[in-house]
Amino acid sequence: MTDRPSGNEPPVYSALDEAEGLSVEPVTQWKLFKTRFVRHRLAMLAAVVLGIILLLVLFADLLPLQSPTEQLSDENGRIVNLLSPRGEYWFGTDELGQDVMARVVYGGRTSLTVAVLTGLMVATFGTLVGSIAGYYGGWVDTLLMRFTDLILSLPLLPVAIVAAAWLREAFEGREALSLSILLGTLLWGTLARIVRAEFLSLREKEFVEAARAAGARDRRIIFRHILPNALSPIIVNATLVIGIAIILEAALSFLGFGVRPPEPAWGQMAANGGRLAVGGSGAWWLVLFPSFALIITVLSVNFLGDGLRDALDPTQTIERK
Amino acid sequence: MSEPLLQVTNLRTFFSTEEGIVRAVDGLSFTIHEGERFGVVGESGSGKSVTALSVMRLIEPPAGEIVTGEILFKGEDLLRLRDDDMRKVRGGQIAMIFQDPMTALNPVYTIGNQLIETIVLHQGVGKSEAHEIALEALDDVHIPNPKVRMGDYPHQLSGGMRQRVMIAMGLSCNPDLLIADEPTTALDVTTQAQILDLMLELTEERNTAVMLITHDLGVVAGFCDNIQVMYAGRLVERGTTGFIFDETLHPYTAGLLGSMTRLDEVREERLYSIRGAPPSLIDPANGCRFRVRCDFAQAVCETDTPLPRELGEGHWAACHFASDLDLVRVKGVPVR
Amino acid sequence: MTQEVTNQKADGAVQMAPERLLQVEDLVKHFPITKGIFFRKEIAAVQAVSGISFHIDRGETLGIVGESGCGKSTTARCVLRLLKATSGKLLYRGESAGDASERAEVIDIAKADKHQMRRLRRDMQIVFQDPYASLNPRMTVASIIAEPMLVHNLGDTSDRIDRVKELLKVVGLNPEHTNRYPHEFSGGQRQRIGVARALALNPSFMVLDEPVSALDVSIQAQVLNLMGDLQEEFNLTYLFIAHDLSVVRHVCDRVGVMYLGKMAEVADRDTLYHHPMHPYTHALMSAVPIPDPTVERDRRRIILEGDIPSPINPPPGCRFNTRCPRAEFPRCSEDTPEMKEVEQDHWVACHFPEVQKVV
Repeated sequence: MTDRPSGNEPPVYSALDEAEGLSVEPVTQWKLFKTRFVRHRLAMLAAVVLGIILLLVLFADLLPLQSPTEQLSDENGRIVNLLSPRGEYWFGTDELGQDVMARVVYGGRTSLTVAVLTGLMVATFGTLVGSIAGYYGGWVDTLLMRFTDLILSLPLLPVAIVAAAWLREAFEGREALSLSILLGTLLWGTLARIVRAEFLSLREKEFVEAARAAGARDRRIIFRHILPNALSPIIVNATLVIGIAIILEAALSFLGFGVRPPEPAWGQMAANGGRLAVGGSGAWWLVLFPSFALIITVLSVNFLGDGLRDALDPTQTIERK
Repeated sequence: MSEPLLQVTNLRTFFSTEEGIVRAVDGLSFTIHEGERFGVVGESGSGKSVTALSVMRLIEPPAGEIVTGEILFKGEDLLRLRDDDMRKVRGGQIAMIFQDPMTALNPVYTIGNQLIETIVLHQGVGKSEAHEIALEALDDVHIPNPKVRMGDYPHQLSGGMRQRVMIAMGLSCNPDLLIADEPTTALDVTTQAQILDLMLELTEERNTAVMLITHDLGVVAGFCDNIQVMYAGRLVERGTTGFIFDETLHPYTAGLLGSMTRLDEVREERLYSIRGAPPSLIDPANGCRFRVRCDFAQAVCETDTPLPRELGEGHWAACHFASDLDLVRVKGVPVR
Repeated sequence: MTQEVTNQKADGAVQMAPERLLQVEDLVKHFPITKGIFFRKEIAAVQAVSGISFHIDRGETLGIVGESGCGKSTTARCVLRLLKATSGKLLYRGESAGDASERAEVIDIAKADKHQMRRLRRDMQIVFQDPYASLNPRMTVASIIAEPMLVHNLGDTSDRIDRVKELLKVVGLNPEHTNRYPHEFSGGQRQRIGVARALALNPSFMVLDEPVSALDVSIQAQVLNLMGDLQEEFNLTYLFIAHDLSVVRHVCDRVGVMYLGKMAEVADRDTLYHHPMHPYTHALMSAVPIPDPTVERDRRRIILEGDIPSPINPPPGCRFNTRCPRAEFPRCSEDTPEMKEVEQDHWVACHFPEVQKVV
């Protein structure tokens, strides 16, 4: 009957815990996340595929690949251009005699670098803007959100093309970086909105009021209380932005405004190959392999994003009532 | 004793979830007669709402399933009816009102629209006749200016008004049984009194049976003829209101009564409290599900599941020691 | 050498009896409704609290009861300065942080500066209604309970962990569970965690905002018993906000009844329940269900007409006049009744107060 330990006998916590239905092993958030994520088979597959791609791309130098920009020649000294896939050249060679497989792998390095850098920039800047606007409200919110609206209303591709041309000169040689900055600047708007929405709702939660009642200052409330609870949409959205960045980079490269040859990039390779293939040489391998790489990567990123969203979704937490 | 209106036998409703199978209702039987006011009392996880949804066959597969049982309504087994026939029963002969009228009413249609739709569907009359019936129904529930209110949207009405609209919708087709799932829980206490009063008036007038589901023992004390107490998906005690309150048999019921504060009494400093919390319904333990919280539990309570036994006229309890316990000190003695 | 906490903006000497902990005078809180994107213009206001006064003495429990829109939660938040009062005085005399014999001067919470507030926050705490929303789901139980100590830089990490374990025991929880997360606990246990957090800084005053409303009946008693035990053990003073008159009768020494932003009646517990005088109090009491069929069947219910008006547009004069069974016009719709002391310590705001035994 007594719910509090009275007198001198030590309370039997195990009986109390059993009465409350408390599980014997603690169930941490990480455990919950893992259980839910593993259930999403497509996301698991996507994670594995992306893992492999990342490894290949990171350790490209250690792999037995040709140089992506070297013009290869055969025993007779002739340039081995436009060879279809065969034993020596698994993905064939392009019009300059470069090994397509090596180009796909190194091209992946460029594409993924741009994508990840973009994702990081978007996550940082979007979160910053969204959290300040959402937490403080008032004119700060109005100002920041109208600015965000401005960015969101820009037509992506035309602006990217114009800016790319200009950035190219400014960032001579470090094209991956310039592309990242460009895309990062264009894509943070949606995340800012999402973060702002999260902050608006979390700001009113009772645990935030409790922190205020304890005397916590704004900084602590933002970083220790609200932000960790807003992490899920940030991670999910950032993941999806990575997918978008890959496509945009490919599009820019395809149109000639991205990475320039001889540096490989998937979009650029597909464009070149497309021109050549149409021109009658029938070199289908020049288009297929880079496109395939693009598709697989973007699909995996999206499925991973889906899986993360489901796994991190607090409404699906195992709640005790 | 007249033919029972609703007879539920051995109902088991389970839900499949990520963590396992939730045995929300696990072997429940009860009967409601014509015009009877039957209260179903329980806390979270007791299965009281799921029971109502099962009777209405509103349990959605594949997640939820009525695994076994028989639900005889006016002699016919509702579980064996075709979907079309069940739809005629639902709303026409058995009506249900819910706790939160804001989510039960469609926010994008006027209440007049929704009322008329129900009436047309179940009474087979034309729209203009339905309009008249709807106006009458709103009048019956004492909504002022029914003509004007017909054009209102749910969000324009207060909580109490919305609940009245729900009652109007529920009773518009003169059902034999009205199931009310926590109809006043979300309302202020003065509004609650209004709504209960209204429900009493209307159901007495039309001899409608009511199955009132609530967690509030005070509400059933004033409203119901018979009361059924549920815990963790099972029946704990059932009997007339007098029996349940004055001759309590089950330690859980007694514990609830003992731990409640009362408006008209001052209790001792410390209330009786039941330790622990309602259990999870996934993989429930063997034996009595109340065992871990019960002050009277013995070894047999862990191994043998106590089945409901009739210990008085119409007074059932599911406990191995029901008639032997001194529950008076549990229920508490008023100080003043 | 007394540590004096003075309020520089106080007008003259602030008088408050030594046993009094909190004195609220004419508290008003209006939430403006604005229009316009860049330049906001106030077009209306939600008049949540429109001038209420009450006091709480050290060691006692004052209950404030009312239905939705009455302003009780807003009042609680103004007292804790979680909301800034529109006007009114919130005089508080707390204990200073150090030696218990040093009594701080009276401070007006409504006008306190950041510094004073920070110190006051160690003495006044709150327990919230919703056990699911009042704990940060991403923090461990230990972090949650230790947070107030961390915010005020008290002790080092191991001191704080020790205190956390001690607090867990005090509220009846297993001290081994420091590294678990809120979602693993039941509603009643979470509420206890909230209480442990409120106790962390050894406050003398606690606001309990409907602490048991969201809990199952069988668990409400656990928490109520706990609050009672703690009050005795730590000499706490409570402001108990509730909508349930039955619970209030059990817990409180004195009770105030609010309606639509105003205080209708304030009295000590037995007086209020035995001879209430405000018609709203009568109606409220008669509406509360009693778990006893014999009593229920014999009761005469006072059923009010209509719904609670909106606090944006409260009725003129006495705010209860639109639903009052005893209202007399034009007086009740033109004259706002003042709080009058009709007998010792029994205040009523009504033009025609009359005793009616409802229970």
